Amino acid sequence: MRLFLTQLRRDLLIAVRSRSDAANPVVFFLLATLVLGLGTGSELGPGAIWVLALFANVLAVEGVFGRDHEEGTLEQLIVHARPLFPAVLGKLAAHWTLSGLPIAILSPLGALMLQGSTAGASILVVTLLIGTPTLTLLGAIGAALTIATGRSGLLVAILVMPFYVPVLIFGASASAAATTGDPTSFALLVLGALLAASVTAAPFAIGKALAISQEH
Amino acid sequence: MGWIKDTFHKAGSPRWFFAGSRPWMVGLYVVGGLLILAGSTWGLGFVPPERYQGDSFRILFIHAPAAHLAEAIYVAVAIAGLVFLVWRMKMANLLIVAAAPVGLVVTVLALATGIIWGIPTWGKGWVWDARTVSTLLLAFLFFGLIALRQAVPRPERAARAVALLAVVGVINIPVIKYSVEWFTTLHQPPSIEIGKKPAIAAVFLWPLALNVLGYYCFVAGVVIAALRARIVERDAGTEWVREWMTPS
Amino acid sequence: MEGWVSLIGCERLLHSMRRRGKPHELNDSLLVAEDLRCIVGPRALFVGLSFTVEPGDLIEVRGANGSGKSTLLRCLVGLAAPESGDVHRRVEAQYLGHRSGNSGRMTPHENLRWIAGLRGVERDSDSIDDALARVGLGDAGHAMCDSLSVGQQRRVSLARLLVAPSPLWILDEPLTSLDDAGVELVRELLAEHRSRGGGAVCATHRALTLGSAAARVVALSRGAPGAPGAP
Repeated sequence: MRLFLTQLRRDLLIAVRSRSDAANPVVFFLLATLVLGLGTGSELGPGAIWVLALFANVLAVEGVFGRDHEEGTLEQLIVHARPLFPAVLGKLAAHWTLSGLPIAILSPLGALMLQGSTAGASILVVTLLIGTPTLTLLGAIGAALTIATGRSGLLVAILVMPFYVPVLIFGASASAAATTGDPTSFALLVLGALLAASVTAAPFAIGKALAISQEH
Repeated sequence: MGWIKDTFHKAGSPRWFFAGSRPWMVGLYVVGGLLILAGSTWGLGFVPPERYQGDSFRILFIHAPAAHLAEAIYVAVAIAGLVFLVWRMKMANLLIVAAAPVGLVVTVLALATGIIWGIPTWGKGWVWDARTVSTLLLAFLFFGLIALRQAVPRPERAARAVALLAVVGVINIPVIKYSVEWFTTLHQPPSIEIGKKPAIAAVFLWPLALNVLGYYCFVAGVVIAALRARIVERDAGTEWVREWMTPS
Repeated sequence: MEGWVSLIGCERLLHSMRRRGKPHELNDSLLVAEDLRCIVGPRALFVGLSFTVEPGDLIEVRGANGSGKSTLLRCLVGLAAPESGDVHRRVEAQYLGHRSGNSGRMTPHENLRWIAGLRGVERDSDSIDDALARVGLGDAGHAMCDSLSVGQQRRVSLARLLVAPSPLWILDEPLTSLDDAGVELVRELLAEHRSRGGGAVCATHRALTLGSAAARVVALSRGAPGAPGAP
């Protein structure tokens, strides 16, 4: 818990210091909503919001370790944080607070723009709140694997988007069901299960990938 | 007991594998080629047309083994990844390098034949059904393994990263498959299930079985050939490779 | 059981199984490196490298560029794994690498507090200020690290050794980009550290001891086993 909080506090502080970087994911999300609306011109369901949130997530998570790697704070983290996984979780929690959380909160606005109403918006927010942390955790595995490859946003997207599929399917279908008043509890439960599984398992894969990235 | 231990110990050594694998490669090529030839001739030429699909179903004699094999290759790659991560067995790494491109080709073959089959049967080439989507995702997983290896600068680090990705992938595959199946159940249910009476007639089953077996043998031969090429590449410039290169 | 393990060609597991039940006798040693072997690509960096770090020891790792100094130090601190061989540390080490290890968007003060937090060391603001004053950054402690010079950032990294103390220091070319006063500072810090019973392993091209007890040298030269000897 100490490691989790130490790392969370540090990363939030850095994020607050670099304000525009921190705002990028949510601005991208809103801009992509606008572009999608202009490009398709038709009324889209909440699935479109989910797809945009997913793209925003993969673009944001790609650089979650890059700066730390260049500055050498990543190797210090690996040397000093024993065990590593609470610190990794703290880091990703800070990251999600500035990418997944604001997107989830602003998603009703996106729904208003794309589907013309906010029907089922509360379920949409809930699915994004449960679903996007899983995306961040899975995406961080790809980000950690590609640390030493330079700027490689496309590669990270290719590596992790297949893993995003289950979250997208259950998140989008629950939000779609909510707009028509159909039951959503099963999909929400599956989303919760996916989150629980990835919180327990993903930090170890991330830690392993980070360790590999530091080997000379 | 002793000889099993000895064999496995040596199998971990690329050079020993290279020396002993040539007859296996040739044998698998020949057996696989004959089986595929027999199965395909039987399936394409002598099996009666299917009641509803006419002759177009015959491409399934190619499609089904490829689709089946694609997943088997990914599982093999993931097991090799785990072995490499835990014990750093060099042959496991070389196996991943050799098998991933083969897996990608087989997956693409399964997808292409599926589309060709789907056009007359379903009236369209692409249908959002569970097995099609899973197979396409599998192709992306294979591509990811190959792309990651080429992107990571140092070979040793690339090998470990790819092994980890393969292991993470195989953990995710059941979840992906389940979610995709949940997403859509438009496809006909799987025709062959182990332990159940086959839903397709025996007249179709035999050539199919020959082809599945033949594909396994042939692809095993291809993987061994690729492994041999990687071993020579890795040890290029060493004494034994130079000896092997010079004709005696 | 051992037969079955060697059956799958996994010497590493076999090795660790043999080790189990026989915990390594570190005695008073801070670090024991046993029979380290490291191979990068086709060439061996070092083979059969063994040495110990006792309290008060300073080991200088010497060798040409590309001889594996950094790799050796990363193996010692646990960032990299040797091809074979063992590293036993009695304590978690403090590591100073090529990269500063400080976030440019935090002040030296905040960076040091972060390290102390990871280590679980309670540090009040004053003791961090003291450490910064000691490395000559008394007045730069609250500027962003991005605005500091490379040499100043190096001093922040040195302050880490004081804020989260460890009896074992692993320093990769600690003198890089330091001015004369900085070089003198590193020598002083090392001498103090050793007099308190600490040990250090440093990759360096310049002598780190002036007027204090002599260092032992591990020389790395492409695949040859290096043995620490008296200078």
